[in-house]
Amino acid sequence: MITELGHFALILALCVACVQAVVPLIGAERRWPGWMALAAPAASAQFLLVAGSFAALTWAFVTSDFSLRLVTLNSHSAKPMLYKITGVWGNHEGSMLLWVLIVTLFGACVAWFGGNLPPGLRARVLAVQGWIGAAFLGFLIFTSNPFLRLAAPPFDGQDLNPLLQDPGLAFHPPFLYLGYVGLSMTYSFAVAALIEGRVDAAWGRWVRPYTLAAWMFLTVGIALGSWWAYYELGWGGFWFWDPVENASFMPWLISAALLHSAVVVEKRESLKSWTMLLAIVAFGFSMIGAFITRSGVLTSVHAFANDPERGVFLLGITAFFMMAGLMLFAARAGAMQARGVFSLTSRESMLVVNNLLLGVACFIVFIGTIWPLIAEMFFDRKLSVGAPFFNMAFTPFMVLIGIVLPVGAMLPWKRGSIGRALRTLTPALALAAAVGLVAWAMQTGRSALGPVGLMLGTWLITGAALDILSRAGQAKDRLRRLRRLPRADWGKAFAHGGLGVTMAGIAAVMAWQVEDIRVANLGDSFEVAGYTVRLDDVREVEGPNYISTTGDFTLAKGGSVIARMHPEKRFYPVARMPTTEAAINSTPLRDVYVVIGDEQEGGGWAVRTYVKPLAGWIWGGALLMALGGLLSLSDRRYRVAAGARRAAPAAVAAE
Amino acid sequence: MRRLIALLCLLAAPVFAVQPDEMLDDPALEARAREISSGLRCLVCRNESIDDSNAALAHDLRVLVRDRLLAGDSDAEVVAFIVDRYGEYVLLNPRMEGSTLALWLAGPLMLLLGGGFAFAYLRRRAGATPDRAETLSEAEEARLHDILDG
Repeated sequence: MITELGHFALILALCVACVQAVVPLIGAERRWPGWMALAAPAASAQFLLVAGSFAALTWAFVTSDFSLRLVTLNSHSAKPMLYKITGVWGNHEGSMLLWVLIVTLFGACVAWFGGNLPPGLRARVLAVQGWIGAAFLGFLIFTSNPFLRLAAPPFDGQDLNPLLQDPGLAFHPPFLYLGYVGLSMTYSFAVAALIEGRVDAAWGRWVRPYTLAAWMFLTVGIALGSWWAYYELGWGGFWFWDPVENASFMPWLISAALLHSAVVVEKRESLKSWTMLLAIVAFGFSMIGAFITRSGVLTSVHAFANDPERGVFLLGITAFFMMAGLMLFAARAGAMQARGVFSLTSRESMLVVNNLLLGVACFIVFIGTIWPLIAEMFFDRKLSVGAPFFNMAFTPFMVLIGIVLPVGAMLPWKRGSIGRALRTLTPALALAAAVGLVAWAMQTGRSALGPVGLMLGTWLITGAALDILSRAGQAKDRLRRLRRLPRADWGKAFAHGGLGVTMAGIAAVMAWQVEDIRVANLGDSFEVAGYTVRLDDVREVEGPNYISTTGDFTLAKGGSVIARMHPEKRFYPVARMPTTEAAINSTPLRDVYVVIGDEQEGGGWAVRTYVKPLAGWIWGGALLMALGGLLSLSDRRYRVAAGARRAAPAAVAAE
Repeated sequence: MRRLIALLCLLAAPVFAVQPDEMLDDPALEARAREISSGLRCLVCRNESIDDSNAALAHDLRVLVRDRLLAGDSDAEVVAFIVDRYGEYVLLNPRMEGSTLALWLAGPLMLLLGGGFAFAYLRRRAGATPDRAETLSEAEEARLHDILDG
């Protein structure tokens, strides 16, 4: 019964979305207030309907209703409750429903908090969001309906893939989708502004919170996924340049670029058409991501459902929205006039450089990802493009960004002097050089990657700190002024510093990781990079829905015990799949990572041990970046904007 | 969703990547073997190097790489040996030749192109005369200020 209600709500949501897509658009064109005003309640209704439908599906998973095909395929009555709930989006149909839920949530946010938008713009934004909602609801209902029943319900389900039964991965998709779909808002805002033919500073301000939110969620989602891969896959890899990882990385790069160019629109009324283009393309990359994950055109370890019909449908949606957006852009972009005048050395110019580097970096990831397709279609060559290519082609751009970032962040608007910025940054430069030299001296005959990464990291972190200090001025009440700086300034410092932390972590792990693979008998101890690891015992342990082979290890250094470690090898009987659970001992400066493998024929167990310097920094930096986004999002000027409701009509007049 | 397919490789025999019994006694040779195998693709898995993969085929390839190294092949010869048998699909790092050159040059070319456009734009901005933005009337300025800063 509840399932049928959910199914019905979903269909009703599609009808509402169609109305929302058409009526407000006509209303805004003809200036009919009643038609325009329909947009907001329609968006709320659409969200409530999809939320109800999502709740119904969740209910079916929680109560293990195996008459539902999706529940049978992806759940099991013995599964822990947390994974019954997260199992809702651990499959193609359910995750698509989550995607649609977020599309409608963002639309509802405009309806609820967008009171300060001019009515015409608001109606158009919601109408475009309605188009997106309708497209994905249609995709869901016609090709991937989560509410299909089984004629003969089985006694128990087939269980969720055990790899997904993990807290890190349970919350990876929702964050990622919040990010992907958050970019649908920037698309809607861009298209609405193009239809109106007007982009001004206020538009930059309205669209910025959504971009920030999308970027922040993407950061968290990507970090969670990479952290999960690190501890779950058994050798501590954190990034594989897999097509689906790239699919989430491309929108991240583009939204980072958009974030910066929207600042220029907001503060200086320049770069307008470029920002429009980025806003459209960013959502394009999100949809390409959905297409890559769900169509199976690119061989990826992540593939969801390899169904050509779904692939074609998704490709159609992507093509429709991209062509519509870009055609509109081509027709209208010329009308947008840049106003700000600035010199070659200025914050504006540096932000253009930022956009150039991020844009080209994204382009490289894109072309590397689709090259196997191009090569096969046009050159009849079957080839692979993997990690070595990306490491080589992509890294230089990150290094360049790292080098110019602190200088660019320091330059004033309109006209600045690189010399002056560098003078303020002298301590950062000195510290970075010192750290780099020490790192270089301490390693012998290895790649330059480690020292360069640490140097860049130090340069970015201290650069961010000096930037925020310099903002507080030289006066005595520096601390008080520091506290009263806008949150956006703090957000910037955290995000830029976080990037430095992540870069240092990645470089250190890649350059200085120590690996040890061996057969260990019970009671054996061995040395890895100065640490002593002893295998004390191996036990069989029974979990709720798995059987585990657990190793008991003692980690010691210089005779004193640091920790007991318990890596596991689990076997999930229902899904007939094994997983590895690494044991990780973390400190800020290094991770010790122990994995237990198979029992060997001649006795003993295969054991892998890694010492990974600065590993935690990779995700710590990502968290700092996300925190920066959050701080920026809580800046006074966005909250004040809500109070400017009365002044909103004047925004039209001021043009 | 991550690594779903990778597990298909595991189903038969749950083992993991490089096994202790595969490794060569000579650390220098073993390091070369690891370097080579991290650039070779496991053909039955998806987008994993044979160094990371758990599949039986990856195991065979790892052993093959080590056999060739023991036989005295250079790194390039080992790679060529495997490419001859499995095709260039096995290379995770596409060779810089023929049509693949376009892939390698795409990034730098894009940077030049984009950089050219960006520079032209910046030059134009630097040379532009301040227009309407700077010539708002006082009342307009005040109103704009109202809207933007509350």
